[in-house]
Amino acid sequence: MKQRKKVLLSWTALVAASLLSSHPSLANDELTKASKDPKQWVMQAGDYANQRYSSLKQITTANVKELRPVWTFSTGVLRGHEGGPLVVGDVMYVHTPFPNVVYALDLNNQGRILWKYEPKQDPTVIPVMCCDTVNRGVAYGDGKIILNQADANVVALDAKTGKELWKVANGDPKKGETMTGAPVIVKDKVLVGISGGEFGVQGRMTAYNLKDGSVAWKAYSVGPDDQILVDPQKTTSLGKPIGANSSLSTWQGDQWKTGGGATWGWTSYDPQLNLIYYGSGNPSTWNPKQRPGDNKWSMTIFARDADTGMAKWVYQMTPHDEWDYDGVNEMILADIKVKGTPVKALVHFDRNGFAYTMNRETGELLVAEKYDPAVNWATHVDMKTGRPEVVAQYSTDKNGEDHNTKGVCPAALGSKDQQPASYSPDTGLFYVPTNHVCMDYEPFKVSYTAGQPYVGATLSMFPPKGENHLGNFIAWDASTGKIVWSDKETFSVWSGALTTAGGVAFYGTLEGYLKAVDMKTGKELYKFKTPSGIIGNVTTYEHGGKQYIAVLSGVGGWAGIGMAAGLGGDTDGLGAVGAYKQLANYTQLGGVLTVFALP
Amino acid sequence: MPKRLALAAAVTLLALPFSVAASAADGSAPTATKVAAEAKPYKVEGGKVDPGTYNGYRRYGESCMRCHGPDGAGSSYAPDLTDSLKHMDYDTFAETVINGRKNVNTANNNVMPSFGTTEDVANYLDDIYGYLKARSDGAIGRGRPQRIGD
Ligand code: HEC
Repeated sequence: MKQRKKVLLSWTALVAASLLSSHPSLANDELTKASKDPKQWVMQAGDYANQRYSSLKQITTANVKELRPVWTFSTGVLRGHEGGPLVVGDVMYVHTPFPNVVYALDLNNQGRILWKYEPKQDPTVIPVMCCDTVNRGVAYGDGKIILNQADANVVALDAKTGKELWKVANGDPKKGETMTGAPVIVKDKVLVGISGGEFGVQGRMTAYNLKDGSVAWKAYSVGPDDQILVDPQKTTSLGKPIGANSSLSTWQGDQWKTGGGATWGWTSYDPQLNLIYYGSGNPSTWNPKQRPGDNKWSMTIFARDADTGMAKWVYQMTPHDEWDYDGVNEMILADIKVKGTPVKALVHFDRNGFAYTMNRETGELLVAEKYDPAVNWATHVDMKTGRPEVVAQYSTDKNGEDHNTKGVCPAALGSKDQQPASYSPDTGLFYVPTNHVCMDYEPFKVSYTAGQPYVGATLSMFPPKGENHLGNFIAWDASTGKIVWSDKETFSVWSGALTTAGGVAFYGTLEGYLKAVDMKTGKELYKFKTPSGIIGNVTTYEHGGKQYIAVLSGVGGWAGIGMAAGLGGDTDGLGAVGAYKQLANYTQLGGVLTVFALP
Repeated sequence: MPKRLALAAAVTLLALPFSVAASAADGSAPTATKVAAEAKPYKVEGGKVDPGTYNGYRRYGESCMRCHGPDGAGSSYAPDLTDSLKHMDYDTFAETVINGRKNVNTANNNVMPSFGTTEDVANYLDDIYGYLKARSDGAIGRGRPQRIGD
């Protein structure tokens, strides 16, 4: 990937480009170019393909042991810090959880604050956020910084001054609609999802015009054809037209209106195919008995036209969810060989424990294999129908309401949650932060009240039988569907991975370690304990001829709820004493950016 | 400063602790004797709990767990309620849950929502209290408790 190094855009060049970019493709060109410049990190996922790979290679397997923190920055907020900083030219943009402060830091002046933006938000939004007040970061494009606020407002800031340019309401927190996901800028549009699957929202992806915040298109996950933006004949699922009323016919009565399918994860984009890719979350409620049917298109991978929002293909991974296996995890686009044949692939590590390799042009399913051997709720995925073969013993629907279904793996937080994996074109492998946790799940009847949780299940979580570690960091071969190597972690790995041309992969741990491992073998080469647990994603950039690694610490999110006090649950699931380890004994709240470099 | 919502529901509940709320699943007579200083708001027999306490476990899971963590044990940002109830009496508990509490300033963004108008909580406040008290007293462990007769 050496060609990436050629494009060197300076800050002024970027601004100049953005002034000219009234034409849609220009804004896009600018970002596409900048995302190929390894010195910058201009989008949360590194590039449109969501590969989180950098061709920088000053830091190598040989010298990474000499890495050391060179500067730190306290965000002033003590909650779960997901996402990561952006680096655009000489400026770094750092965001925080609620109250969603944004800082522009001057990299030429040791991180001096160029501007700070703090939105005024009603704190009553805090309790309607499902699991901590996390935010997965800001987007840059066309001289603007876009922020998704907790209270569902989307704001555009002038990247130079922090001045508010426009602001639109993308939802209503009184109905449980909030935002945690990062916006993505594609051409002249900003793509924005919505959170609130635990509050019975009607999930959707909305494209706003970058210029003024007006709505370009809006595509719901569940509902009538004109709301979900499908063409019954042209939109396909595994190669076949989906037909009319593909969503409505899989819900009882009006249930789709509070049907969930929230879109709080990541979005990727293929400029050649002009398609965007993202997944939808759980159908609401968590009690499957209350919502008979496949509940389409919850738990679904969507491929949509970036200009119109029209769906090209869809694939539902977990029809009629019974375990809260949201399908929102990132879709990594990579041109790889699958069983010998080169394909434009989409690789997705789902919460349900299966890793899917698909043809991203056609939506054809190529590989679906478990990426944690503990996964037991389904034996396999039927490659013809695309449906998982559910094991009756673990079906919370078959076992029914008020029955405790025991020992389901993975737990509701999935074999992997939103913490994004990375793909390295050098090794051809995927590097995946994973959870290794199982659960008991008992559904019960609930009624819907706007703005109140609409959950309807109790669960307890614990490590797989006979084991006492709760996470793994793995290398995955998406062509064969096999684990290449797997490193045990005491706690779930809740931090997004980074791969580099130096042969080193980076990730953070819940105890607060930034770790560097050899991408070939998984061997640990370096670790440093940052001030708090890491649930942020690792970033790299180059400044003044030096490669830097940056990561946010600040424990929280679902991990902070589930693990702060240790996992409870069925004692017979707990092998050794170590399983009761409490995260609270390792780390406490924080909010600090740590930046590393070689001496 | 807790915002005092003069909600009808809240007032009723506070004025008559246990009488309105304890219409719970167990159907046991909700009498004032339950409030007596030493009386336990739960029943545990051979490690198994009465229907009210079980209902409390479930309501806790529905409405409180996403902040206070599994089994009342606390999270990275909301207190360990098994510890709180070692010091907190029923009235303060009920007041906190019904009116909520805000601790929002430069260092904190903690909001305990008010549940005065949330039926699934307000109607079963005693059960939730009973369950958390049983956890706090160490009468039941972590995870899903077994029901008497399970
Ligand atoms: C949205 C998150 C959230 C939810 C949901 C929630 N709480 Fe809280 N709760 C908090 C926070 C945060 C505090 C601490 C507030 C403070 O710092 O003053 C708190 C405090 C409390 C306290 C006072 C503890 C003490 O030691 O002073 C009690 C009692 C309590 N909660 C009970 C409940 C119950 C019962 C439920 C469910 C019906 C519940 N909470 C649901 C966030 C939550």
